[in-house]
Amino acid sequence: MPTCKLIPNWKKRPAMSNKVIGSQNMQEFLKGLWKENPVFVAVLGMCPSLAVTNSAINGLAMGLATTFVLIGSSILVSLLRKVIPKQVRITTYIVIIATFVTVVDFTLQAYFPDIHKALGAFISLIVVNCLILARQESFASKNGQWRSFLDASGMGLGFTFALFTLGAIREVLGNGSLFGVSLFGKAFEPWIVMILPPGGFFVLGFLLLLFNWSAQRRKQRKMQTA
Amino acid sequence: MSTEEQMTFDQEPEPSSFRLIATLGVAGFLSGLVLVSSYLWTKPTIDANKAEEQRQAIFRVLPGTADFETFTLQDGQLQTATGPAEDRVFLGRDANAGFTGFAITGEEPGFSDIVTVIVGYHPADQAIIGYQVLDCKETPGLGDKIIRNEGFLANFSHLVVDPEIVLVKNGTKKQPNEVDGITGATISSRTVVNLLNKAMTKWKGPIDAYLQAHPELEKTTGHE
Repeated sequence: MPTCKLIPNWKKRPAMSNKVIGSQNMQEFLKGLWKENPVFVAVLGMCPSLAVTNSAINGLAMGLATTFVLIGSSILVSLLRKVIPKQVRITTYIVIIATFVTVVDFTLQAYFPDIHKALGAFISLIVVNCLILARQESFASKNGQWRSFLDASGMGLGFTFALFTLGAIREVLGNGSLFGVSLFGKAFEPWIVMILPPGGFFVLGFLLLLFNWSAQRRKQRKMQTA
Repeated sequence: MSTEEQMTFDQEPEPSSFRLIATLGVAGFLSGLVLVSSYLWTKPTIDANKAEEQRQAIFRVLPGTADFETFTLQDGQLQTATGPAEDRVFLGRDANAGFTGFAITGEEPGFSDIVTVIVGYHPADQAIIGYQVLDCKETPGLGDKIIRNEGFLANFSHLVVDPEIVLVKNGTKKQPNEVDGITGATISSRTVVNLLNKAMTKWKGPIDAYLQAHPELEKTTGHE
């Protein structure tokens, strides 16, 4: 099937030996970090990617909160995949996801009030991050809990990596600092537009360009060697 | 985990309505349990955080304050607040129980969402002597300068509130009741000024009445 080659891990391959399964598990984890990165390749979860990445710490916190919700709900959905009737699966997934999100919301508010203040309404909006529902529907509801856990951690960390990269670039350019530590001294005139919403689009656009360019080069090199 | 575990939805028989309702009911019930327990678990810490934040703010806007009493407005008069109340002012006292002023909060819709500010009010001078933003979601880099822009904060080291506070263009402040606005954050600056005027109109009368009834407070006033 030629379509399968484009998205290598989308469809499962036939059963193989233990060693191959081990490396497949590794693949489930690694794919989310780079090859199928939820932000830079799949372009999912754009709302938080653009809205809360005006500083490195905000991006990192949002990414980790999402990762926690993603891992928790993936394991639960995978465990319950034979119990939940397909007619009500989306509703049930949303209930599960929303529960995890609210727990994260309360926890951040209690123990990390500053981060909670900075992220504001976007914490509750993790519920409707389509990255999470997409992983439940396309992976956790069809795979065992160990593989679902690997998939969710890979995707979550890939999302965190993307948000952190966006946040760090925007903070350095827009505020002259990283993690709140000033980098260039007083002489630096910050590009305020970078921490405003348009800056999010600019930086994301450049990173998408970079990702597509590197993917294209990889393909070309493969064709040349073949 | 092998391919056999893959769900094949199409081959399953149609489940009964009861099963569907039961699944959702159980999911909702369990979710509710988790939510209630995490709410109860975190609530004391969240409340403590908020109270502590407000306490620190009171100490900051009323220099020299070591302790404070909480008052609420009842029939146009200041009454010692017993429970949690919506409208509150705080009477600050220094280490020798001397009167340091009142801390007053005010809120007003800004460029985005409500801006909440706490100020220290010195009744003898009829002036604001301290200022801190408690809650603000103004545009980062522009409107949020009302939080920590040094030029803007300097307005509130001694700002006379009678006559009414007036917002002027940046760099043109001449009168003690004028506030130098922030260039590029006119709306947020105006929000702060409106909010302070509203708060002062509301609290100035009751505070003056309270001080007249308690002349011993005026005597211990030690500011500047």
